[in-house]
Amino acid sequence: MSEQLIISNYCKIADNTVSLNGKLIFKCDIEKKFPEFIKEAYKNFQINYPKFFKMDSLSKLGFLTAEMIIKKENPVGNFKNEDVSIIITNSSSSLDTDIEYSKTINDADNYFPSPSVFVYTLPNIMIGEICIKNKINGENTFFISEKFDIDFLYKYVSNIFETNKTQCCIFGRVELMGEKYESVLYLVKKAKDCINTNESVIFEPENIKKLYIS
Amino acid sequence: MEELILKLKSEIIEALNLEEMSVDDIDSEAPLFIEGLGLDSIDALELTVLLEKKYALKIQTADEGKKILYSVKSMAEYISQNKK
Repeated sequence: MSEQLIISNYCKIADNTVSLNGKLIFKCDIEKKFPEFIKEAYKNFQINYPKFFKMDSLSKLGFLTAEMIIKKENPVGNFKNEDVSIIITNSSSSLDTDIEYSKTINDADNYFPSPSVFVYTLPNIMIGEICIKNKINGENTFFISEKFDIDFLYKYVSNIFETNKTQCCIFGRVELMGEKYESVLYLVKKAKDCINTNESVIFEPENIKKLYIS
Repeated sequence: MEELILKLKSEIIEALNLEEMSVDDIDSEAPLFIEGLGLDSIDALELTVLLEKKYALKIQTADEGKKILYSVKSMAEYISQNKK
């Protein structure tokens, strides 16, 4: 029988708000567009990582969501770097940045391909940014699917624990396209590795969904 | 030259998204890479594009690039000597 897994922390960013474990921890006083909102949130949490400003919008969203969880519970402090994994999904891949990049090459008379935009034209670069900042060396995979396929993610994450490929996993969905954005990331680990299980939630599809819509 | 250096610093801040920097934070003679601003290889490419886009100047070789992109001052000198 496989070991019980629990969700120890989760973070959601949507609609100008940041919530950690269901509690609102940041909200813009007035409604702002994503670039202004994410910059204000970054500054609010006093994260000192200048490379943040060079990231594309998708990476900024994923990075900040992960950072909120990691600030609360840094898995690299408790597990080997190669035992921490990141599995993320969305439906629009890096399309938002792909479009930005295409603007730099569409006009033959103004043809200046931007290298710094080009490097973000893959969604797994976002995972790379989280891994680089936090020295996470474990399995990392990005899936593209039309809907937030919780059952699939549950099976995949369960499998990497069962096959001993990870001891701790950050997983979830980071979606951004134009003005629309929403992210939810969860930190899951074995119940035996939890010191305080009072606030933890059993890792199962129903609970993943419940935390997502809460 | 001072005017060009100032303009170049603003353009670098914008092109490289150096959000938390102002023109006063950039030492004109300090190395742009590793030390100084701590720029990386993607930034080098972006500066190459900046020279081409804003000043119609194309860096031809990697060795030439190393010299031209050494500092803001070296970039400004290259622009003033070669701008058509």
